[in-house]
Amino acid sequence: MAKITAGIFTSHVPAIGAALDLGKSTDSYWQPVFAGYEPTKAWLREREHRPDVVFLVYNDHATAFSLDFIPTFAIGCADQFKPADEGWGARPVPVVQGHPLLATHIAQSVIQDDFDLTVVNKMDVDHGLTVPMSLMFGQPEAWPCRVIPLAVNVVLYPPPSGRRCYQLGRAIRKAVESYEEDLNVHIWGTGGMSHQLHGPRAGLINKEWDNAFLDKLINDPEGASKVDHLEYMREAGAEGIELVMWLVARGALDPAPAHVTRRFYHVPASNTAVGHLVLENAR
Amino acid sequence: MSLDKPYTDMPGTTVFDTDQMRRGYWLNQFCVSLMKAENRERFKANERAYLDEWQMSEEQKLAVLARDLNKCVELGGNIYFLARIGATDGKSFQYMAASMTGMTQEEYANMMKGGGRSIEGNRSRKEKPRG
Repeated sequence: MAKITAGIFTSHVPAIGAALDLGKSTDSYWQPVFAGYEPTKAWLREREHRPDVVFLVYNDHATAFSLDFIPTFAIGCADQFKPADEGWGARPVPVVQGHPLLATHIAQSVIQDDFDLTVVNKMDVDHGLTVPMSLMFGQPEAWPCRVIPLAVNVVLYPPPSGRRCYQLGRAIRKAVESYEEDLNVHIWGTGGMSHQLHGPRAGLINKEWDNAFLDKLINDPEGASKVDHLEYMREAGAEGIELVMWLVARGALDPAPAHVTRRFYHVPASNTAVGHLVLENAR
Repeated sequence: MSLDKPYTDMPGTTVFDTDQMRRGYWLNQFCVSLMKAENRERFKANERAYLDEWQMSEEQKLAVLARDLNKCVELGGNIYFLARIGATDGKSFQYMAASMTGMTQEEYANMMKGGGRSIEGNRSRKEKPRG
């Protein structure tokens, strides 16, 4: 049977992708950011930890979805997903290979479990998805695993609540673990941490709140799922509300993680606080 | 009954809610068009003529021409969409963010290196001392 073995959480700042693509990852500004991910990259290189499939929760930044269609939760069921041109040309990263069989299995299962996902069969993926891939896998010729994208609306207010995201994560776990093929599946939650990108309050960072959120996400996920929209926006910046996406991944993991394999926090990456966790389920 | 908007007291922040979405639909869709290289070229060749192809208000067009991003946000622009204008101009996201704060890009970058803008005094306008 397929099994969710681990969750990886990370910010997905576009400037991180640009730094890597332009060969700046060893510059003094970026070196501490990339160094923070080295233990995770090493862990992922071990055969037993390498996922067959990553269920990757991210948000589209007005790339695949303009204001014409704004799905709250959209699951990518295509064979492959091309890196998008976000206004300066597509990132030079491999095409993302999907897993249509598992993706449609999950879609059918969670919709029957009362989560009304939008099914997407054609979609380009932006930095929200490709930057986490680059952070974990570096710059390979081809990505080492298949990916099922779940795009969550966090552009138009209101996004789904943290509570709803957490419950969806639980339904996704149930769906994955009813899939017959033996697959090592990861679930990744991306975005955040504290940042605000617009208006005179741009540049807001709240280290104390971010670290308390990491504590809560690890040790009290039920409590973390009850953080409301207003608290995210007020304390972690208007765009910090992206953190609801971490709750989808957290919902698919054990309430008490078997291992906290990695925890990392760094300020700044461009406008944003970078947070990163690896949590493992009991084997 | 009107919708409850408990988020309007945050200083220097405009939440992109459904009212802002309606206000900014064409402004944001114009920004989406800049994801195509040919449209970027046409916009750069004659900005005013390109903007006139869109059902935007005159105020929105003038805000784009002036690259006044705070005004664009006020008029319904969303930052992820507006970022396409900066990308078309070859400017970094940090440049765009700085332009909204009244700081130079260097001052803003230094603030970020120093740990970012403090939350203290920035949670709510009610929190700020008057004077």
